[in-house]
Amino acid sequence: MRHHLVLRVVAKLLIPLIMLFALYVQFHGDYGPGGGFQAGVIFGSAFILYALIFGLENAEKVVPSAYLIALVSAGLLLYAGVGFAAMYLGGNFLDYGVLAGDFIAGQHLGILLVELGVGITVAAVMIVIFFAFAGRGEGDDEEEDDAANDADPVQDLASDSSRKA
Amino acid sequence: MIAAHLPALQIAIPLIAAPICLLLRRESLAWAWATFISWVVFALAWMMLEKTLTGGAFNYELGGWEAPWGIEYQVDAVNAFILLIVAAIGAIVMPYARASVNREIPEHKRGLFYTAYLLCLTGLLGITITGDAFNVFVFLEVSSLSSYALIAMGRDPKALTAAFQYLIMGTIGATFILIGIGLMYQMTGTLNMADLAKRLPAVEDSRPVLAAFAFFIVGVCLKLALFPLHLWLPNAYAYAPSVVTAFLAATATKVSVYVLYRFVFTIFGQSFSFDVIPLESILLVLSLAGIFAASTVAIFQTNVKRLLAYSSVAQIGYIMLGVALVTVAGLTASILHIFNHAIMKGALFLCMGAVYYQIGSVKIEDMNGIGKKMPFTMFAFVIAGLGLIGVPLTVGFISKWYLITAVLERGWWPVAVLILLSSLLAVIYIWRVVEAAYFKSGDDEVVVEEAPLSMLIPIYVLTGASVYFGIETSLPVETAAEAARQLLGIGG
Amino acid sequence: MAWLGHFNYWIFVFLMMAGFYTVIARGNLIKKIVGLNIFQTSVFLLYITMGKVAGGTAPIVPEGGSEGVVYSNPIPHVLILTAIVVGVATTALGLALIVRINEAYGTIEEDEIQDIEESGDKKERAT
Repeated sequence: MRHHLVLRVVAKLLIPLIMLFALYVQFHGDYGPGGGFQAGVIFGSAFILYALIFGLENAEKVVPSAYLIALVSAGLLLYAGVGFAAMYLGGNFLDYGVLAGDFIAGQHLGILLVELGVGITVAAVMIVIFFAFAGRGEGDDEEEDDAANDADPVQDLASDSSRKA
Repeated sequence: MIAAHLPALQIAIPLIAAPICLLLRRESLAWAWATFISWVVFALAWMMLEKTLTGGAFNYELGGWEAPWGIEYQVDAVNAFILLIVAAIGAIVMPYARASVNREIPEHKRGLFYTAYLLCLTGLLGITITGDAFNVFVFLEVSSLSSYALIAMGRDPKALTAAFQYLIMGTIGATFILIGIGLMYQMTGTLNMADLAKRLPAVEDSRPVLAAFAFFIVGVCLKLALFPLHLWLPNAYAYAPSVVTAFLAATATKVSVYVLYRFVFTIFGQSFSFDVIPLESILLVLSLAGIFAASTVAIFQTNVKRLLAYSSVAQIGYIMLGVALVTVAGLTASILHIFNHAIMKGALFLCMGAVYYQIGSVKIEDMNGIGKKMPFTMFAFVIAGLGLIGVPLTVGFISKWYLITAVLERGWWPVAVLILLSSLLAVIYIWRVVEAAYFKSGDDEVVVEEAPLSMLIPIYVLTGASVYFGIETSLPVETAAEAARQLLGIGG
Repeated sequence: MAWLGHFNYWIFVFLMMAGFYTVIARGNLIKKIVGLNIFQTSVFLLYITMGKVAGGTAPIVPEGGSEGVVYSNPIPHVLILTAIVVGVATTALGLALIVRINEAYGTIEEDEIQDIEESGDKKERAT
């Protein structure tokens, strides 16, 4: 596998940078362009690059499929959990204003957590879809249900974050 | 706390239940969870209908953002009634699902099946409850994507091609809706339905608004399977798992009809939709053509699920005919038929699910003599089938009665005659199944048992409802009339 | 040359028709999905076009206050982000279905699949 040497070295250099950039896009999302979606896709692509160059088996050792499914759910649960927490604290569903002491801090905290949920779900879904197609394992039409999942977080989030502008 | 947050809970509970369902590793747990959630959702829908009928329409601002900026859930008599239908069908179908799914779907996919079902339920409820035009598109896609996956889980490889065909047609329809909403936004700068309704009249002469209307109507008609645009429906319903067919047939197209009501009457307004654009004559012609063409095709089907699917296309024709009348009576008949058809078709498809469960086929020739072997299931099929024909003392009669009265009120007596004639076609296709089941002798050596109780009870709940609401009509008729008045903006 | 000023709408219409035609006219399922993608992408273009405000900049508050700054409308972008995600999900689901169809039928040509389905029906009727 010597002819893959360049690819391997470059990938090893690039993957941490891609992940770092994903985290920047994720957490800088409330001040500049960015957010959970873009960050999730970038983060997922780091894993996909790893799988392309080092092989699917190695990639599956890093993130086993069972964990990925759990992560897909966890992201969505975090998202909906913030919504229910806001409701519990006396606001409307997804009303971030009540999450912290004052309104602005609450909005910050809320959008940060919700974006984090979106990011986790999107990254996991991207990797799951790639694994399903590349590995052509059993039952591959399922992941897409989860991909469908993302549609609602982004929508609520989209309108929440944009329309207040 | 629950009372204040009803609209949000209606969507948020099935939405959060879906990932939890994915995490439950045992399929029996996933089923129990999905069933429990369906009943919770049903209870919430019931509470909302009561609230709207006593206290009038109410709304809920998501995230606390005020209406034209944030997303608003708007509940009135129209969508509370549709929500109740969707939730009720879900609650009735789920107990039935256990046995049927265990027979039809491989074990490792069952957990995902229930997850996809919950997402589909979320999507359908979301389309109905939301007061935001773009939100309609999003929930439409959530329900569509999960229903493509659900349909593809059917046993027959044809389920895959059917799901693919539905995916192509459904996406085209949804994208048309998206273009329509985009053009509306371009002209008015708002996505809130109430706000759109206020601002559209000022720009209604412009070409983008006409284009928006055209794109929107074609897109929605694709989703609700109005004749010439129904081609995805028969195969999708015929080869999907039985539970999915029963659930989707009773809810998915109905929710699309609701979207049509909402946009045509509330947003564009009656005068634009019917005076500026001749929607009335388009719908009248297409629905009548659909009733006859689809009923005739249904007669020649050998697969009973496919036969019933074509019958569904015909029934959509009756529902749209009520819209084409543009009167309170016509809309009442239309909304009433959504309710009644959901009950009848749900019952019929559940019966076929029970037959498939026992004999592994829903072909007419395989059903010879089944009436003696599965007496309870086939008796329910006959009762629900009588409803489809429109025999008195069933819900089908009530819908046809209201529809014909409404048609005569407009003085369209030839249409009334055609409706009566079309019922004869329904007699023929239902009779073909009844003939095979009761008057042909099957292979006596093959032992076929009656379906298990967990399937029979949901079947009889729906069949019972089809008789009960055929006699005691006050709840659906009054709600439908109230909804029709609100849509046309008369009284309230 | 007033129509040139609307060149982005012309691109939208051209892409939409090209995609739509591909979906209808091609028998290969993969090509259908590609056509569907082009069709959806054209709508993204429509939305992004309408968000543009003449002379507008990115809707981010610059340092030193936002006095007198004209912003582009961000809402269509946000809306279309949702539609893009939906498009990705649709494509993934469509491709997954094609993989399964290929396994079941051994082909992804629509007419060949139809032939196999019809001959299957005939065989069933004969027995």
